[in-house]
Amino acid sequence: MNRIDLTRTALMAVGGLGIMMLGGCEPGPKQTTQNGYRGAGLDQIVDVRHMIKTAAIPDAPYPLPPDGGPKAGETYQNVKVLSGLSTERFNHLMAEISQWIAPPEQGCAYCHNPENMASDEKYTKVVARRMLQMTQAINSTWSPHVQKVGVTCYTCHRGNGVPAYKWALPTGAPHPGSILGNRHDQNELSPDAAYSDLPTTGFADYLYGSNNIRVYGTTALPKYDGTGASVQTAEKTYGLMMHMSKALGVNCTFCHNTQAFGVWNLSRPQRATAWYGIRMVRDINNTYISSLKSVFPDNHDRKGPLGDPYKVNCMTCHQGQNKPLGGVSMLAQAPALWGPIPAFVKPGAASAAATPVAPASPVPLAMNATAAQPAMK
Amino acid sequence: MALLSFERKYRVRGGTLIGGDLFDFWVGPFFVGFFGVTTAITASLGTALIFYAASLGPTWNPWLISIAPPDISYGLRLAPLREGGFWQIITICAIGAFVSWALREVEICRKLGIGYHVPFAYGFAIFAYVSLEVIRPFLLGAWGFGFPYGIFSHLDWVSNTGYQYLHFHYNPAHMIAVSFFFVTGGALAFHGALVLSSVNPAPGEAVKSPEYEDAFFRDTIGYSVGTLGIHRLGLFLALSAGFWSAICIIISGPLWTHGWPEWWNWWLNLPIWS
Repeated sequence: MNRIDLTRTALMAVGGLGIMMLGGCEPGPKQTTQNGYRGAGLDQIVDVRHMIKTAAIPDAPYPLPPDGGPKAGETYQNVKVLSGLSTERFNHLMAEISQWIAPPEQGCAYCHNPENMASDEKYTKVVARRMLQMTQAINSTWSPHVQKVGVTCYTCHRGNGVPAYKWALPTGAPHPGSILGNRHDQNELSPDAAYSDLPTTGFADYLYGSNNIRVYGTTALPKYDGTGASVQTAEKTYGLMMHMSKALGVNCTFCHNTQAFGVWNLSRPQRATAWYGIRMVRDINNTYISSLKSVFPDNHDRKGPLGDPYKVNCMTCHQGQNKPLGGVSMLAQAPALWGPIPAFVKPGAASAAATPVAPASPVPLAMNATAAQPAMK
Repeated sequence: MALLSFERKYRVRGGTLIGGDLFDFWVGPFFVGFFGVTTAITASLGTALIFYAASLGPTWNPWLISIAPPDISYGLRLAPLREGGFWQIITICAIGAFVSWALREVEICRKLGIGYHVPFAYGFAIFAYVSLEVIRPFLLGAWGFGFPYGIFSHLDWVSNTGYQYLHFHYNPAHMIAVSFFFVTGGALAFHGALVLSSVNPAPGEAVKSPEYEDAFFRDTIGYSVGTLGIHRLGLFLALSAGFWSAICIIISGPLWTHGWPEWWNWWLNLPIWS
């Protein structure tokens, strides 16, 4: 082989490799947003052709009827959460829930016994009641996260009985006491860690457990002294942040200035929104979903390998967009979901049937941003 | 500075690319040439503009002085001086100075009748700079994607731009570049150690010839690249490091916008096992 042949072969090999590598890329037009001082690198760059499209928002089943007339608690039996809602609005909401969640071939029968609509014999109805309380609590007490847009059943369910994006507690080591086969929930090539090697155990620690994310060093060359942040907690945090980025379709600089991740006055306001979001998700998973553990059937697609009900994370609502459903509020067509509705009380009767529905979540009242933000140096 | 006795022999006329004999002279030890003049003009103007722009800024702390590019909203247009225009002119001056310096090296090579290896190597450094400040901003459609001129501020840019891709260590070209940087350092250390070992024999023994050096590596790893070959290898390794560094940032944004870990899904999606 002479020198020219060698050169030609080498050029072809390099060119071929280059074309192969480009095959995995996105050469199309980009949409760019600057989120910080010029030149700081705080930018979002999105490939237009691969942007997540806003899901189609279903039309209301029929126009929202005016509020008034007899209450649902007067008209129907065994109405516990929405007894104070007018019957017309109640029926409208039921039609919406059926449209948003129930498989079309089942409709009302997904939750109700058609022979006796008041019966609680189907577990799905018990779950739906708790989910109504949850939705009202989210919209009324977690406004620092959901703001004026709020959520409806559709934000997560999108026409599915079980939301498409969910998680459950991991099984842990297959052989306790041995390192054999123990992957520490890493290297799973999971979209939950944005396909990195980072662990997904952050869900259990931060979105179910009440651990705080405190891995930002406040001294030079910090050493792990048995308390505080270890390398492992840093990796769990990084894994959780990968999930948040992937779920919102944004990069780290959407919230953080990476000069100092933990410093609030360098961060964007979106970081405070996310801070409330972590606590909101924790509240949803603990107060509402875990309380349904005995209600959900075993050996079903409702529970994970350890028998705990499937829980929510950022992806459950956001589904690749920094504002779920592109920031469109569906609450104008479902005003009953804005918050708890005072129960219907029969005139002159003690309120035995209609137990007032207290928002079951111990949501902190100090929701203003400055008070609740952790003080970080 | 005194002229060394042998230098006169190498100070020959001609070989200039432009300007003929006009600037074909030396000032002390320095060859001037047309490109020496353009280097001096662009470097002085750029440096003066850096100081002037810094004087308009909030600090004289050398760590914190920063001259930033325009907002992205200016696109590829010129910006007002105090809103990124200084950065634009300084960038033009920098490229003018760097390219002039490379062409001055070419002229000196021509005078001496040697190859163009030095300006070729320096060209890779210029390419890396131009990739960051011109090619990638151009592909993304705004000068605002360039890095700012400041000691801390350009490090912030590096950090934030890296985190735009969630985990930059998964960038394939970054992986190649980092590997070349490590190998460059390793090869230089091996080469330096080998030369020093040959010229520092045991007391009373003569300095050893290159055959000893070859024998050392043949005994160790079965092959010696040789005295000339190690310098070809070193040049290749070092230029590859710079080249792939430039590639790794050009593709970040123009050709990939998600987290770099996700890019590797092409491997998972190969039809062999997917």
